[in-house]
Amino acid sequence: MTSIIGPASFKFFGIFPAAILSLVLPVIGIGLFTYIMVRRIAPLVRANPDNRFDQIGKRLTNLIFVWLGQIRQPRYMLAGVLHISIFAGFLILSIRSTSLVVIGLSDGFVLPGFGGFLGNIYNFIKDYAATIVLIACVIAAIRRGIFKPERYAVPEKYGKDHTGEAVFVLGIIATLMISESLFEASELAFEFQHTGTVHFLAPLSLVWIFKAILSSVPQNILQGLHIFTYFVHDLTFFFFLCFLPLGKHFHVITSIFNVFFMRVKKGKIKPVMYGVSDDKLDDLESFGVKKLEDFTWKHMLDFYSCADCGRCSDQCPANAVGRPLSPRFITIKARDLMFKNYPLSGEVYKSKLLVEDIYTEDEIWSCTTCGACEEECPLGIEYIDKMVDLRRGMVDEGMVPQSLQKPLKALEKRGNPYGKMEKKRADWAEDKEFKANWQIKDLAKDTADTLYFVDSITSYDDNIQDIARRTSIILKKAGIDFGILGKLEKDSGNEVLRFGEEMLYQDLKAQNTEAIKESGVKQIVTADPHAYNALKNDYDNLPPVKHISQVVAQKIKSGELDLKPCQNSEKVYVYHDPCYLGRHNGIYEEPRQAMDAIDGLTRVELEKSRDRSFCCGGGGLMLFYEPEEETRMGVLRVNMAAEAGATVIVTACPFCLVNIQDAIKVAGKEGEIEALDFTELIEQHLF
Amino acid sequence: MEILVCVKRVPDTAENEFELNSAGNDLDRDDLVYSVNEWDNYAVEEAIQIVDKVGGSVTVITVGDDESEEVLRREMAMGANNGILLSDDAFEGSDGRGIASILKTEIEKGSYDLILSGAQADEGAGQIGGMLAAMLDYPYASLVNKIEVGDGKIIVGREIEGGNQEMNEIQFPCVLSIQTGINEPRYVGIRGIRKVASVDIPVKGAADLGIDAASVGETGAKTKRVDYFVPDTGEGAEMLEGSTGEIIEKLIEKLKAKGGL
Repeated sequence: MTSIIGPASFKFFGIFPAAILSLVLPVIGIGLFTYIMVRRIAPLVRANPDNRFDQIGKRLTNLIFVWLGQIRQPRYMLAGVLHISIFAGFLILSIRSTSLVVIGLSDGFVLPGFGGFLGNIYNFIKDYAATIVLIACVIAAIRRGIFKPERYAVPEKYGKDHTGEAVFVLGIIATLMISESLFEASELAFEFQHTGTVHFLAPLSLVWIFKAILSSVPQNILQGLHIFTYFVHDLTFFFFLCFLPLGKHFHVITSIFNVFFMRVKKGKIKPVMYGVSDDKLDDLESFGVKKLEDFTWKHMLDFYSCADCGRCSDQCPANAVGRPLSPRFITIKARDLMFKNYPLSGEVYKSKLLVEDIYTEDEIWSCTTCGACEEECPLGIEYIDKMVDLRRGMVDEGMVPQSLQKPLKALEKRGNPYGKMEKKRADWAEDKEFKANWQIKDLAKDTADTLYFVDSITSYDDNIQDIARRTSIILKKAGIDFGILGKLEKDSGNEVLRFGEEMLYQDLKAQNTEAIKESGVKQIVTADPHAYNALKNDYDNLPPVKHISQVVAQKIKSGELDLKPCQNSEKVYVYHDPCYLGRHNGIYEEPRQAMDAIDGLTRVELEKSRDRSFCCGGGGLMLFYEPEEETRMGVLRVNMAAEAGATVIVTACPFCLVNIQDAIKVAGKEGEIEALDFTELIEQHLF
Repeated sequence: MEILVCVKRVPDTAENEFELNSAGNDLDRDDLVYSVNEWDNYAVEEAIQIVDKVGGSVTVITVGDDESEEVLRREMAMGANNGILLSDDAFEGSDGRGIASILKTEIEKGSYDLILSGAQADEGAGQIGGMLAAMLDYPYASLVNKIEVGDGKIIVGREIEGGNQEMNEIQFPCVLSIQTGINEPRYVGIRGIRKVASVDIPVKGAADLGIDAASVGETGAKTKRVDYFVPDTGEGAEMLEGSTGEIIEKLIEKLKAKGGL
């Protein structure tokens, strides 16, 4: 024997050519994989349309950063680093795996270009890659199997634990790494024994270690090991390929597509049906998602792509307070239904109403649309649009909780959820003390450059009307010529849209749009992030919209607003990012800049801040909804602020103010901690 | 089963602030928003659920002006199959007996097994159901909070003062007045109403029904409203005034002072 016999020339028992096996395995593997994929794609073909071929530049950027760069992974450091190791290893080893398949048919095959120096460098890198992947798998398996981080737990109502599947796959990956390395090491050990040739190997890599171990093993055993590990690798490789589409590791295949097609515009809700304009909505027979096939193909792809990592639910405020919602299981339950209704063989089952089959009504109403889940998902899976689509379906079927029916009807009749009279919408400006100093223009009779869009809660809630007055004073002192729409203003409808009452939202939008256009203003300012979001992202063709914090930060910068030194310098302030200002619109810095412009103000940061801010409990219609929950989101938030050492929670949203004020009372922290609106803090410090 | 539900268009208590008109004999009705009487929604929902179970159809009926058509459409958007509007200038100013007799005339033209009404209306006297049953000579159950449909008969539950519940077997045809809480009425959105916007709703006047105009309306009314006012604050009653926060503070103070807290 001069050199080791490769799998392409080897004959089992001296007669049966191993090459036949090397051919049969890939043919069966690829054939089976293709069949499975075709069955898996079937529901996507029957799904609703989705427009995901726009903004290719942004999509490619996402592909580079979110998929290839894995930038969301290190948000969970240990799991993130482990994943990046395995992901990078897979990318590197995919080349090796491809050539290995061919080696079974042609001994010593190398991919074009990998013969010389490049090949040596690649081999060096891939040996380390395999080693790192194996180490990562071992750590991951210990973590999943022994330490069992809480976020992977499966509550009883959602089915059985998923640890088995996770550890099984880690085992498969480890098998691939070990068999590939042994295949190479056995050949090199054989050659070393035979000719004394020493190849340079990456020190301490798997191949290096295995070769050292095998250096004195008899040649016939090395020959056997060489062939055995080749086919172990080949079999495992194709088994894994076909196993991927059967569970959470489908993401290995779908992630690249899912990230490419992920949401590129934040803060905006998808249309009822892509390709159907607003004025054609009446022609639609059904609204929203009622059955599985009503989801768009991208939303189905989301279900397939979920890696079950639990980050969404770990960040979800609804899940944190014990509401019956866990975004992770919104996806997992839908995925399992897709697997069940579209089985790998046999007939496709007829879908039932989702809210009776796999979801509950309360589950779908529990979402505050804060967006924490979407911000976190390393795969770009969406939730808000799905929630809205499911709600559209429920609204269309009349399945709306009584607690929400009243405010919705009031919005229809009066343009605000409280059912207050339209003519009282500007009553906040009638406050005696305020009126003595400040006159507010009514744009129905007067003109101005800027519209101050007040929105319902600030217009009508006794407690919150102060925000309207303080916003007005700030605008006046900043020299901005502004007016209000008065009784012509209707609720912005941010939550009406998000609670699935599309036609009512369309109605509010049309009325507001007409009134705004009629007023002839050149810009819009609001102190309500929900109004800000709706006007900026959901409405079309309006003048530019600014949040009051942006105006303040800008006017401080330009010197048009000057702030006094901090009046309560003994207090410790913390800024709470409202979801619709921060996560949905990226306004994190302006409110902080404005606060920091107050000399002597002590400001701390919450651990969960900026894009990881924790929802206070939700705004708009969410204030009326009566959820099942163990505690309030606001209470958790107040406790977080207390832990951060804050005595004043500053927020820039009227709903946050209401929720946090209530939560301070519920948490029994009155006197220790207080809630303050951004406009109040600023107005107090104006000259 | 053929079910008829009597409904009424009323000023919405949740969405209005009531003030007296200058004459002092009624509400100031400018700026009011109207909707279906809340109890009636429960009656219609119950009717739809019964029909879903045993088949048949639901008809909604109201006595009112042209604008009352709006409430019929809303109930049809919920799922009622037909609507009938009884409207005539001669009906205006009818008292409870007058309304009941107008309804009775139309009901006798159909063949309904079950006639439902709300237990009362926001601005009504809760008398139509009972009067209607008497005029039709049908059995009647008031304040019904449970209905079980059986073969040729139904069992209806009534809540009794003190939290007790009684169950009664009642024969068809019959009249029931429905209490809130019997079910959870489904939501009707703008889209639902638009879907039934073009459905034909027959309008019937005194002549169509064969009613002597003099027997109904203001002329036929045997009860007349003579006054309408907000009662004076009585001895021992006190209205707290101010913003919601101030009112709550005052209330807590008072409760504390009286040892209630």
